[in-house]
Amino acid sequence: MSPQLTILQAGPALSLQDFGRPGYRAEGLTQGGAADPTALYEGAALLGQAPNLAAIEMAGSGGTFRADSDLRIALTGAEMAAKIEGEAIVWNASHTLPAGATLTIGGARNGSYGYLHVGGGFDTAPVMGSRAAHLAGGIGTLLQSGESLPIGPDKGHDTGMKITPIDRFGGGRIRIVASMQTASFDAATLDRFTACAFHRDARANRMGVRLGFEGEGYSTDAALSIVSEVVVPGDIQISGDGAPYVLMYECQTTGGYPRIGSVLPCDLPRVAQAQTGTDLHFEFVGMEEAATLQARHLNELKTLKSRVSPLVRDPARIRDLLSYQLISGAISATSNPFEEGHPT
Amino acid sequence: MTDWPQIRTVGLSGLLVTFAAAMSEPANRAALAFRAAVEEQDWPEVVETSTSLVSTFLAVDLATTPDEAMKERLQALLKSRDWTKELLPAGRTLWHVPTLYGTDLAPQLEEAADVAGLDPDEAIRQLSTSRVRVLTIGFAPGQPYCGELPEAWNIPRQKGLTPSVPACALVVAIRQLIIFTNASPTGWRHIGQTAFRTFRPEAEQPFPLSPGDELIFPAIERAELENIIARDSTGQGGAETEVLK
Repeated sequence: MSPQLTILQAGPALSLQDFGRPGYRAEGLTQGGAADPTALYEGAALLGQAPNLAAIEMAGSGGTFRADSDLRIALTGAEMAAKIEGEAIVWNASHTLPAGATLTIGGARNGSYGYLHVGGGFDTAPVMGSRAAHLAGGIGTLLQSGESLPIGPDKGHDTGMKITPIDRFGGGRIRIVASMQTASFDAATLDRFTACAFHRDARANRMGVRLGFEGEGYSTDAALSIVSEVVVPGDIQISGDGAPYVLMYECQTTGGYPRIGSVLPCDLPRVAQAQTGTDLHFEFVGMEEAATLQARHLNELKTLKSRVSPLVRDPARIRDLLSYQLISGAISATSNPFEEGHPT
Repeated sequence: MTDWPQIRTVGLSGLLVTFAAAMSEPANRAALAFRAAVEEQDWPEVVETSTSLVSTFLAVDLATTPDEAMKERLQALLKSRDWTKELLPAGRTLWHVPTLYGTDLAPQLEEAADVAGLDPDEAIRQLSTSRVRVLTIGFAPGQPYCGELPEAWNIPRQKGLTPSVPACALVVAIRQLIIFTNASPTGWRHIGQTAFRTFRPEAEQPFPLSPGDELIFPAIERAELENIIARDSTGQGGAETEVLK
């Protein structure tokens, strides 16, 4: 029997996520997957494993969890108050969750989506090549209290590492490129759009984020004559009431609303993580600059290991000091070094 | 017309080739044929392709592939022939999907017939014998937009939304039929009920329908629909298929 993590009490919107299911657009299914994919990379860097392993995405707040054997865990994305057996643990870090101990994760402080990763990843049966719930498409459901999730074999050993997360919290500047209908908005409307301090509306989910604003809506006459066509994550649709919606990874495959621009993939996690009320500003960049920014982001993801370092802890505050292996990070008292590197 | 087809970039996600400003049979056929031709080219930059009503999408990472280079190739392919005169792709399927028209299971048949200016019997006759094509799949996984029905069915969506229409419902508007994938609110009128599931995530082939497939919705009695529902666990809903040459 594989180890299991039981959700004693589920927050309002927990779901299992990985990078989703690319390749089904022609069949009407968008990729889906984590709202903030950067968090999956960070969790993987902390635990020293592949980024596409499934993690629990926690929108708004977490829940309480208990494992039936010792687990390595990592916490990334929006910071949430986390405790093991009542003792606060650091976010953006990896920890050991001892068998039977209760992990409590509270409400988000600086963003919208937190992630709970486990060593080995959650090992539910994949559906069409992915373990991600695609709620809009009818694949999987929100995780419920009382549910137990199987965990895959963990080949790693390290815990007690922290990561300096890629900056994407607290809203701010969002780079966009021109998209399908950008040219059909008049210059004054586009100027108003890039000058506006938008804020994330409470109406936001894994499909899209509605933006609130002061003043007149954003419209174009082209809105009346658009035949339904492809939409992609990042597209900023102007809905019937003139409000922009940024489409997220679980959006539909087609739509008939005009698109004023499209958010660069590297800035989409910043939109996902903006909290209700957080300000967002849009700035057009050309295709070449967009390519440069995106390449820089991919390079950041590739070099995340350089942002990982040991958690510095005050030994006086470590309750179970003697259970720690204090001599060296390279030698483990419990594992056979000759077995390392030989997959079993 | 010199304005069409048009090539536009879709964010950094790819390129869209659009064949017309509005839905038409030749433009839909052009989009399907052009998609098949792009697939045949097997360009390594193209991650996936899809069609909507009158356009073909190529997923290309424009952060690593300059859009100008792709546009040139697409222009050359577009100029190679008149895509609105192309035949439909080979290997399509004709589906016969048993459908219960009207009754409390499909309560808007009479209303839709009235808007179309037909009596209910004539409406059922037309709907159950029309052969329609999957124009596009979208909105929900596997969900087909089928057309086009005779001109009488060029009826608008209703003004208000029906709060919920069940999965497998057959709905009509603007000369098109949809079989719903999931229970959903809609402005389209609910005229028939099938047991045909358009998305079967656990199946080896999760999406039974492909763009270009054709469908007929023969009329059945309520008892037969209930019988199909009772004995069918596959989602096929009693549908039969023929290969189109």
